[in-house]
Amino acid sequence: MFEQIAFYFFSVATIVLFLITAFSKNVLYAMSALAAGMVMISGFFFLLDADFLGAVQLVVYVGAVMALYAFGMMFFDATKDVKEKNASTTLVVLLGGSVALLLTLIFIAPILGANIEASYPPLEGATNPQSVGLILFTKYLIPFEVAALMLLVAMIAGIILAGKKMDISLTDIEEDIAISEEEEMILDEKDGEK
Amino acid sequence: MIGLNHYLIISGLLFAIGLMGVVRRKNLLMLFFSTEIMLNAANIALAAAGHFYNDLSGQMFAFFVIAIAASEVAVGLGLLILIYKKNGTLDLDDLATMKG
Repeated sequence: MFEQIAFYFFSVATIVLFLITAFSKNVLYAMSALAAGMVMISGFFFLLDADFLGAVQLVVYVGAVMALYAFGMMFFDATKDVKEKNASTTLVVLLGGSVALLLTLIFIAPILGANIEASYPPLEGATNPQSVGLILFTKYLIPFEVAALMLLVAMIAGIILAGKKMDISLTDIEEDIAISEEEEMILDEKDGEK
Repeated sequence: MIGLNHYLIISGLLFAIGLMGVVRRKNLLMLFFSTEIMLNAANIALAAAGHFYNDLSGQMFAFFVIAIAASEVAVGLGLLILIYKKNGTLDLDDLATMKG
């Protein structure tokens, strides 16, 4: 009973919040709705007895990724509404829905007929984090190490990409561009006089 | 009772919302938000399949998806900041500079 109530609450909340994220004009609203939706998604994981995954979702997504987005947003002007030239909404809904349906069919079709057997069942009498740790550090050790290496590469890439010219203010750069454009216009006028 | 199909349907709906966002958005930052929605929808499906088939592999793959999403955000935001420094805007249409 409570499981059903929780499931429907989380599903309605995530759908509404993610709709706001996908269709809002304001970056700040979209980001806050995305963060709240991530929290609700972790609720699904707790319902599914994946306690450790839910905690990781909260720590990594709501904690780290959204904080990173918040810091990144400070580089951009987040107060003004985003102006977008959008294609017609019906076309977007049609295209998005049909492609999603197609992808679902592609991935489900081979599984439907197959007889799936659990290869790594949770251990008897162990809590979820314990069995996750055991499986992760025995059966999935190499993917784990590769993921660690990938995160290291991503960290270095992030530092190198964003760290360049960090001492220069973005507004100064925009002014420089505006000034150089003005100079070009003046030069063009001079050329025209000649 | 809530079964596997309930979770798969909700995951498909969320994935469709994310995909609509990706198709619709012209602002690069908003496009990134929509990709996060799609990754999360896939995570729900993986965790639900793992739970109902009594297998931990679903959760494992969800962990790796989260790791990939984290590194994607780190690199992607660095690139976004570079694009903003260069162009002063994050609009996708302004990036189409190869028109003849």
